[in-house]
Amino acid sequence: MHHLVLERWSRAHSVLHARDPRAKILLLLAFLIAVATTPRISLASVLCYACVLLVGISLGRLPAGAILARAAVVLPFSATFALLSILAGDRERALALLVKSYFSALAVLLLAAVTPLPKLLRGLESLGAPRILTLVVQFLYRYLFVISEQAQHMRLAALCRGLGSRARGRGRMGFQAAAGAVAVLFARSYARAQGIHRAMLARGFQGRTELLSAPHIGTVDGLFLFFGLVLLLGLRLFLEVFR
Amino acid sequence: MAAPLIEVRDLRFRYEDGTLALDGVDFQLFPGETVALFGPNGSGKTTFVHHLNGLLSGEGFVSVCGLKVEKKNLPLVRRKVGLVFQDSDEQLFMPTVLEDVAFGPLNLGLAPEEALAAARRALEQVGMGELIEKAPYHLSAGEKRRVALAGVLAMQPEILVLDEPTTFLDPPGRRDLLELLRRLPQAKIVVTHDTSFARALATRALFFQKGKIVLQGPLEQIIQRFRWDPLAEPGAPAVLA
Repeated sequence: MHHLVLERWSRAHSVLHARDPRAKILLLLAFLIAVATTPRISLASVLCYACVLLVGISLGRLPAGAILARAAVVLPFSATFALLSILAGDRERALALLVKSYFSALAVLLLAAVTPLPKLLRGLESLGAPRILTLVVQFLYRYLFVISEQAQHMRLAALCRGLGSRARGRGRMGFQAAAGAVAVLFARSYARAQGIHRAMLARGFQGRTELLSAPHIGTVDGLFLFFGLVLLLGLRLFLEVFR
Repeated sequence: MAAPLIEVRDLRFRYEDGTLALDGVDFQLFPGETVALFGPNGSGKTTFVHHLNGLLSGEGFVSVCGLKVEKKNLPLVRRKVGLVFQDSDEQLFMPTVLEDVAFGPLNLGLAPEEALAAARRALEQVGMGELIEKAPYHLSAGEKRRVALAGVLAMQPEILVLDEPTTFLDPPGRRDLLELLRRLPQAKIVVTHDTSFARALATRALFFQKGKIVLQGPLEQIIQRFRWDPLAEPGAPAVLA
């Protein structure tokens, strides 16, 4: 599963993994702003941003091919808008849409691949993200595994009872079975949510989750953030001057 | 005789759909006891134990350590009664084992450092001190059950309530859990179908049927009376009026 691969990457060790999540989040934000505000996509800008990302992938000891391919998941969406731009006669905008969306997706993926989700969420929280949002993401991620496991069990059970073995009417039966499975999964998810809420109440939950100590930002993280920001600002100014 | 840790008198509870789940339950738990709760599926065992922690609230009287189970006392009652759920996945919702176990102590108002220390102590107690940074979904069923127990022990309860603790456990996991529970000094209520587990742990038993406790007494007497041993000779189970 996609999130299992990301989970494995994020639990590895590298210079980037060791950095404070807040420093990485702020650098990502700076990168996204730089990419988004680049007025014209030229060969120089593509090379500059690609270099930054490839250095990041290399520092994070990530499999370049796999991460580059995963970031391409955004392309079908941006391609739709790019196509509209082409139809409107604006090829430059179409190219900018594709390049910017791909680089942005790759940057976000890079951050997620070098930061375990709990640390990422804690970092977002200490940067001011609302607790309710990070909690929702945390719970969603936690129970994605449980629900996907249930879905797999149901699929196996359906296969064992001959789903997909009939030549005639197979498509329709398959669709009906899938629709039924989604309904059952929804009902189970609802029951699961109630169970979790009860388990939280049983351990003294009173509507507010308390935070453990905030992560400490060290000198190395400070320097990493400073030089990262200087590099991105320099790149952006360079692209502004030589566009 | 010592004062009961838990006292329940004439407890009745009806679900919103009209199902009468508890129909006049009387019960007492004394210090040092381990009581096994037997009964068919849907007989009211889990509904009953959820009343001890204030998760459900029916008609009648329930007190824990001298505190009436009512809204104003719930924080204290939940500190006294540690409830370990049947499905550990419902109980382990935080991203790492350590954070999950610290969830209860933080809710009790402990400072983060104290909560972490309590969580570490509880994890050591259940033999899971090595796995504090692991994500709960990477644990085996036995490990999940231990962490769930640690999450409750970190709140230093006086009473442990375990709902079907051996579900999903393989024999070694079951054995480890049994050894662990034997070492814990708290009074315990164990909801179970597992008679061999109950025999090894409980000091007495009671039997639920249609929302009532129909018999309580020595473990063997209950198991024999209701043919509750899976290896018992076939025959109709006893039904008491």
